[in-house]
Amino acid sequence: MAGEAQRETSDPIIRVRDITVQFGATRVLDGLNLDVKRGEILGFVGPSGAGKSVLTRTIIGLVPKIAGSIEVFGVDLDASNTSQRRNVERRWGVLFQQGALFSSLTVRQNIQFPMREYLRVSQRLMDEITMAKLTMVGLKPEVAERFPSELSGGMIKRVALARALSLDPDLVFLDEPTSGLDPIGAGDFDDLVRTLQRTLGLTVFMVTHDLDSLYTACDRIAVLGNGKIIAAGSIADMQASQHPWLRQYFHGKRARAVMT
Amino acid sequence: MNSDPKLERIAKGNALALCATGTWTASFAPVLERMVADAEKLAGTPQSIFIDVSEVAKLDTFGAWLIERLRRSLTKGPVEAQIAGLSANYSSLVDEVRRVRATAVVDSSPITITGMLEQIGRAVAGVGGTIAGLVDMLGAVLAAWFRVLIHPRSFRLTSTVHHMEQVCWRAVPIIVLITFLIGCIIAQQGIFHFRRFGADIFVVDMLGVLVLREIGVLLVAIMVAGRSGSAYTAELGSMKMREEIDALRTMGFDPIEVLVLPRMMALVLALPILAFLGAMAALYGGGLVAWLYGGVEPEAFLLRLRDAISIDHFIVGIVKAPVMAAVIGIVACVEGLAVQGSAESLGQHTTASVVKGIFFVIVMDGVFAIFFASIGM
Repeated sequence: MAGEAQRETSDPIIRVRDITVQFGATRVLDGLNLDVKRGEILGFVGPSGAGKSVLTRTIIGLVPKIAGSIEVFGVDLDASNTSQRRNVERRWGVLFQQGALFSSLTVRQNIQFPMREYLRVSQRLMDEITMAKLTMVGLKPEVAERFPSELSGGMIKRVALARALSLDPDLVFLDEPTSGLDPIGAGDFDDLVRTLQRTLGLTVFMVTHDLDSLYTACDRIAVLGNGKIIAAGSIADMQASQHPWLRQYFHGKRARAVMT
Repeated sequence: MNSDPKLERIAKGNALALCATGTWTASFAPVLERMVADAEKLAGTPQSIFIDVSEVAKLDTFGAWLIERLRRSLTKGPVEAQIAGLSANYSSLVDEVRRVRATAVVDSSPITITGMLEQIGRAVAGVGGTIAGLVDMLGAVLAAWFRVLIHPRSFRLTSTVHHMEQVCWRAVPIIVLITFLIGCIIAQQGIFHFRRFGADIFVVDMLGVLVLREIGVLLVAIMVAGRSGSAYTAELGSMKMREEIDALRTMGFDPIEVLVLPRMMALVLALPILAFLGAMAALYGGGLVAWLYGGVEPEAFLLRLRDAISIDHFIVGIVKAPVMAAVIGIVACVEGLAVQGSAESLGQHTTASVVKGIFFVIVMDGVFAIFFASIGM
């Protein structure tokens, strides 16, 4: 048992090997390799249209790939049967760019939806856990009975995060969590992700454009360009890199403003 | 790695320790809840109680909350309950759930007789609102139409042509097919029953009058309400949901002029054309069946048809078409613009659009029947 625990901590939680994704004639991802380690917050950056969201959607199985393999929690998603896949899906949560809350359900029903499907728990416990999740993402309990159309953009992101966390996943995918938030709200969100990662022992895969997020929230950064990972490492590695896009990204006007 | 969770009671001196062991996670939640409910009964005992969590193998929000729930209900007694043996890994999680305020969740109100009566009352009152909404939209469309007459350049020709293609050109195959089949069925039924009286040839009279006056236009209007009315509602509704209509307004455009008027124009032009094509297809189908099944030669059919129907029958049918188109269009646009933020609302309004559209088409048909009867057409 100790050996198993050992193996689990040293193995990457996501292992992506030689992934190729093509839409028509355009090759978006071209033999891409990526590891995400247990317990880290990986920031995933790259120019607009480079395929960051495509990679995320490929890992979670929404976009078909033409070559390569993906292992999550040590399970090869192509070779797995339905129940293995179901088990993996139960252990990850996804925060979509626009929130993707179910518009005809209230906030409470949105957060309870995965619990209702996967767990057999009493309504009382579900309600209490919902309140706990709302508190964790920094929302007031009154929000619970509102519909998504009655929420502000920042609240939608928080509720979507609460829904992504509702089954206590080991891994969460965040697709541009801070886009569309004001700088203070975005900063709060970064702190929130950090806190949740510490308290729940999460692994976070975060697609982002926000330099502040990279500096304050991320343990490691991976950069996508030309369908491949062109660099991966700490923020210091990124700043030291000689790659032209990275130099522009981390030494541009906005980057200097963040660093000072 | 997972082992069944347990909550053991161990007396330590004059204190009672509740030792939690095993995996306290969501998958064991039902077991955990029962154990915690059992342990909560200890609340009244005079002994001091503490919860020992040092042996817990795995903890998540569900487990942490249940431990916190237990702590709270034990604290309500005379003695304060403590959590002992908390590992550093989980202390922040337990701190986090400690901040949660237990709020009673308001249950949705149960169904009562008064509640049902209230709903009926609201639905009846809503009928008045529906009619007001339709009249409002009719006025807005007419006002936009007059503005376009004064400034013909502001008319959106491209958009109108696009919608013409959608509601007219693309609808031709299905409309022709269905009216053709209905024509066949009417002729077959007519011949089958008229044959007993030796009145086979009168099937031509029935077919001609029925198809030109009523069936052609009514059937086509109902199909257009289902096909294009629902599409209009869904288009406008999803634009409303994504604030596209608000965006138009802020740019100084009138959504009625930009979105509703071209759709209305397309429909008002399309329905007479489709009704004409439908009537021809039905007559053709009827003629074919009369020939193949009833033995009425095509020449005899045409001669009889010429005697049986006059241009009045055709006019009575085709005059109704633009009015029905306007009714369908107005209902569809009113419903589309009434969509709220949720997918459910979009579905409800699309359904309402089709149901109300068909209802008003039939009501209009009745009104026309009375009108034409009184003027002797």
